[in-house]
Amino acid sequence: MPEIQIRHAIRDAMREEMTRDDRVFLMGEEVGHYKGAYKCSEGLLEEFGERRVIDTPIAETGFAGVGIGAAMAGLRPIIEFMTFNFSAVAFDQILNNAAKIHHMTNGQHSVPMVFRGPNAGAHMLGSTHSQAFEPFYAHIPGLIVVAVATPYDAKGLLKTAIRDPNPVIFLESELMYGVKGEVPEEEYLIPFGVADTKRAGDDVTVITWGQGVPVALKAAELAAEQGIECDVIDLRTLRPLDMESVLESVRRTNRAIVLFHGWPYGGVGCEIIAQIQEKAFDHLDAPVLRVCYEDVPMPYAENLENLVLPTPERGLAAIREVSYAR
Amino acid sequence: MTNDKDSPPADPGNYDAYFTSKENDLRWYREMLRIRRFEEMAARSYTRGKISGFLHLYIGQEAIAVATKEVLEPQDRVVSTYRTHGFAIALGSSPGACMAEMYGKATGLVAGVGGSMHFFDRDNQLWGGYAIIGNHVPVATGHAFASKYLGDDGVTFCFLGDGALAIGPTHEGWTLAGLWKLPIVFVVENNRYSMGTPLERSIPVSDVTVKAPGYNMASDRFRVTSVAETAERLAAAAKLAREESRPVLVELITYRFRGHSMSDPAKYRNRDEVAESRSWDPLERTYNALMHKHGMTEEALEELDDEVVAEMEAAVEFAENSPVPEPSARFKNILVEES
Repeated sequence: MPEIQIRHAIRDAMREEMTRDDRVFLMGEEVGHYKGAYKCSEGLLEEFGERRVIDTPIAETGFAGVGIGAAMAGLRPIIEFMTFNFSAVAFDQILNNAAKIHHMTNGQHSVPMVFRGPNAGAHMLGSTHSQAFEPFYAHIPGLIVVAVATPYDAKGLLKTAIRDPNPVIFLESELMYGVKGEVPEEEYLIPFGVADTKRAGDDVTVITWGQGVPVALKAAELAAEQGIECDVIDLRTLRPLDMESVLESVRRTNRAIVLFHGWPYGGVGCEIIAQIQEKAFDHLDAPVLRVCYEDVPMPYAENLENLVLPTPERGLAAIREVSYAR
Repeated sequence: MTNDKDSPPADPGNYDAYFTSKENDLRWYREMLRIRRFEEMAARSYTRGKISGFLHLYIGQEAIAVATKEVLEPQDRVVSTYRTHGFAIALGSSPGACMAEMYGKATGLVAGVGGSMHFFDRDNQLWGGYAIIGNHVPVATGHAFASKYLGDDGVTFCFLGDGALAIGPTHEGWTLAGLWKLPIVFVVENNRYSMGTPLERSIPVSDVTVKAPGYNMASDRFRVTSVAETAERLAAAAKLAREESRPVLVELITYRFRGHSMSDPAKYRNRDEVAESRSWDPLERTYNALMHKHGMTEEALEELDDEVVAEMEAAVEFAENSPVPEPSARFKNILVEES
């Protein structure tokens, strides 16, 4: 199987779906002539032309709304946010139009489209460019939220997202576009709502997604060196949520942590922990812990940023704590 | 296109200009009257506590919706705001379904999930029904983008109030429509008040069309005093949008005779202003034209009115007698289940 980077898995997914369906187009800042701020659309303008690979001015509300209107009228837009931090200025379009149209029109309209781009902190970008948006979007009925961490998952889930009849928030990672992995040459799709166990173990369940995945895997590696074997569950989609996989694991390990990039307060981590205690309370031998950002705006200074971010070492400490390891 | 109709023609009692054949004038009168009587019934039901939420009436602006219906091609779309009942009635939605929607009934236009502010009737070319000011402008621009992408020869008519001129999405939608030369007509229904705030306290210019060149839009501006003139000039705008694939901005000077919503007594307007505007009421003027130009009798017009009132009373009755949605309806249409 060929090894490719996540950015190329994303590009290949878009290219295949654009080849398959003329209604699919890519729109966003710098996606065409510049080939994407992170080179996720390299070659697409040359292949599909300006009708289907459309550079926009800096106007997220405008082009997010245009995507919604085009989707209602029968097209299949892929809207790229240069970063999900910029989706904040298009939030009303996503909250009040993309997520509501199907419901508000009693099914007269649907909004089959993808909003994709990098999410969460990268490196020393400061508070406005380092935020994780999954709590905002996963909160909203009417949206599907995906977060990917490998080339295989990125390609298979993006193809599913493009074909899905609903609005999909597709979260990537600036830090991980260069991550390599095996991707089959033949076509495949990955369904929403199915988590993937990235590492198996019976002692502690580590629930993670997106940019948290490599941190969780490293933490699990460190724990294994100390004799603690972790089940690392990559959720892959945050809405719908594959709680069955999480609960199966927790019933086996009786201990869990949630490790992710993002703030602790009112986030997806809270939702997972709430559901664990609702549905597997009797199986827990320790409180479920969160390893994530500290509850502060992201500072720029490298030493401060490192203190705020979830690290393998902080992951290990939490794994040891729920294991009552001394 | 012209841009010079800031002041109205001199005499509201002149029925030669822009009143046409008896057949047309009568048809348009009936359509305007249907909207007005529908709105009056809605107001009555609201006062009686049968309709909740917000209720924004179209009384005074009816000619715009009727003229729009006149110029629409089958592949065209109308996107409107929370003041949208007039468009639904003019475009062919069932008054019963419209009324039932406001009553929160299962037989409503969108089965009772939307209410007064969220009317959608795709089969009759009404694509909303948007209640967050200005956020439909980029969406309507997206409909026009799709028309150009698919080459379907469609024009999107996007209506917005003067209250939507300051907010960002309007600017972004207009920017993209102009940049990409999309077939769309943006119609500003300038009823002079953004809720209770007059235009001069909400935007920095009094002539909205001065904005048009900044978005590479053609423009037109006039006071709405008849269906005929409004239809003629909207048709010209649509022709430009359709044939040259470019956005057009039309500012319609109009007036709502009631408050912003049912809870607004509109005390911020003085009596002379309301009286002056009422003298230009297209419905009233068409009534007079039918009598004085086309020789219809008061009795004949009263008979017509009775018919329209009966139709709208039947709509109220339909709404009253319709069932509420099933409890399970609240789980419907959150996601599209089949792919």
